[in-house]
Amino acid sequence: MTSYTKSLRCKECGEEYPLEPRTVCDHDFGPVEVTYDYAAMQGKVTRASIEAGPRSLWRYRDLLPIAAEPQAGFNSGWTPLIKADRLAKKLGVRELYIKDDSASYPSYSYKDRVVSVALTKAIEFGFNTVGCASTGNLAHSVAAHAATAGLEAFVLVPHDIEDGKIVGARVFGPNLIKIQGNYDDVNRLCSQIADKYGWAIVNVNLRPYYTEGAKTHGYEIAEQLGWQLPRHTVVPVAGGTILPKVWKAYQEFITLGLVDDNKPAMYGAQAAGCNPITKAIEDGEELFRPQKPDTIAKSIAIGNPADGYYVMKVIRESGGWSASATDPQIIDAMKLLARTEGIFTEPAGGTTLACAITLIEAGRIPRDEPICVCITGNGLKCVEALDNQFDEAPVIPAKIKDFAAVVESIQNKTPQPVTA
Amino acid sequence: MPAIEVEIPTALRPQVGDQESVTVEGATVGELLGKINDQYPDFGGKLFKAKDELNRFVNIYVNDEDIRFLDNLNTAVKEGDDVAIVPAIAGG
Repeated sequence: MTSYTKSLRCKECGEEYPLEPRTVCDHDFGPVEVTYDYAAMQGKVTRASIEAGPRSLWRYRDLLPIAAEPQAGFNSGWTPLIKADRLAKKLGVRELYIKDDSASYPSYSYKDRVVSVALTKAIEFGFNTVGCASTGNLAHSVAAHAATAGLEAFVLVPHDIEDGKIVGARVFGPNLIKIQGNYDDVNRLCSQIADKYGWAIVNVNLRPYYTEGAKTHGYEIAEQLGWQLPRHTVVPVAGGTILPKVWKAYQEFITLGLVDDNKPAMYGAQAAGCNPITKAIEDGEELFRPQKPDTIAKSIAIGNPADGYYVMKVIRESGGWSASATDPQIIDAMKLLARTEGIFTEPAGGTTLACAITLIEAGRIPRDEPICVCITGNGLKCVEALDNQFDEAPVIPAKIKDFAAVVESIQNKTPQPVTA
Repeated sequence: MPAIEVEIPTALRPQVGDQESVTVEGATVGELLGKINDQYPDFGGKLFKAKDELNRFVNIYVNDEDIRFLDNLNTAVKEGDDVAIVPAIAGG
C-alpha cells in the first residue's frame, strides 16, 4: 500500500522527527503530530476509494499513520450515525444527529478507534507489551485489542472507577493496576513508566499515532451524512484528544475536496465538576487552570487535559463554544437520550447531550442548522451512575389478576416526565 | 538550605549529563530550577517560555501535587520533598 505519512512534527516549534515512538518534542515538550502528504493524496484518496474500503475505521487507512497492513481493530469503527428526529422534536431543533460510539466494537466506546491505530503501530515498532493510563474505557479497549493481538498488557486506572469497566477490562486478562489517586496521577505515573520500562504506552509514547485514530469519528460523521459536514458538532472534552481530531478530520476532507467547507463549528462539553476548558472559554482566559475532578462522569474526569490548549484553540477558531453540565443534568440527559432514541450512554454521553441542550437554549447553537452530538461511551459499563434513579420494579406472582392490578396502578400514575 | 532531589524526565536527561535526577539546594521550586540551570546551562531552554514562565507543556510536581495548585515557581520546598518534572503531553 501507499503510505502518505511524512514525519512527526512539533505543534509548538515545528521541529520534525522520524515516525518513531515519541511522547513529546525534545526542544520544548510540545506535542508531536503526524504529518501527511495531502498533495499526493489528491485524486487518489477519493469518495470512491474510501467507499470501496471495509466497513470499519480502516476504510480511512490512507489518512491514518500506518506503514503497512492494519494489525488491530479489524471490526472497529463504522458506528451508526442516527438522525435523531424524536430528540430533535423534543429539543425544538430542525436537524439533529447522534454519532453513536456506544455501539463501538469490541469495547463499546470511541477508544476502539485510537487503540486500533496505536496497537497497529506497537506491532509495527516491535513492542511486545502495551499499556495505558485510563479512566476505564481505554483500559477496556487496550485489554480487548491486546488479547486479540497476543500482546502483554498493563492497564492503569484510578482506584475508584466503575466495576463494569474493571470487569470489562479484566476478562481479557491484562495486568490491571488500580492507582491511589485520580486520572491525572495515573497519567503522570504512566509517563514515568514509559520512560523506565520502554513499553508502548498507547497514550504516552504512541500518543501521536493513537490520537490520529480519533479522526475516524469525524470522517464517519461526514461520510454517513452523505459527504457533508454538520454545521455544529458537540464533543465531550476529557484529555482533549477527540475534539481537535474531529476538527482535523473535517479539515482534511475539505482539503481533499471530499466535502464542502460549511465552516463547521466545534463545541466542548464537560461536567460541571471537571470543567477547566469550559471555564477558560467562558472567562476568556488564554490558558486553562487544572482542576481536581468531582463528577459522576468519571470517564471524562480529567482535570489537566493534555490537549486542552488545542481544544480551546479549535473551539475559538471554529466559532464554537463550550458548556458544563451538573450531575443531575447529566442523568436527565442520559434518560432523555434513552427514552427518545433508544441509546443508553454513559454519563460522559449524558454530559455531551446536556451541554448541547444548554448551548441550544442559550442561542449559541441555532435551532435551524444541522447539529451532531458525539456519543462516545456505553451506559451498561457504569450502571452505578443510575443508582436510586428508578422505583423498585413490582414483584408479583405469575398470575393474571396480579398483573392486572399492576397495570391499573401504572395507568393511575402520571406519565413519566421524559417522553417525546 | 535543604538539598532536594529533582526527578528529570527522559526528554531532559541529555541536558543534565544523562542523570535521572539532580540534587540541588533551594527554598522554592524556582530556586531549585535556577540552581540546576547554573550547573547545566542547557537545562532551562526547554523548560521556560520566558523568564519565570514555564513552558505550556511542563508540569512540575511537589509531593505529587501540581505546582499550579500550589504557588507555582514560588512553591516552598523542604528537605525530603519529592520534586518531579513531567511533560504534560500524555493521556486522553
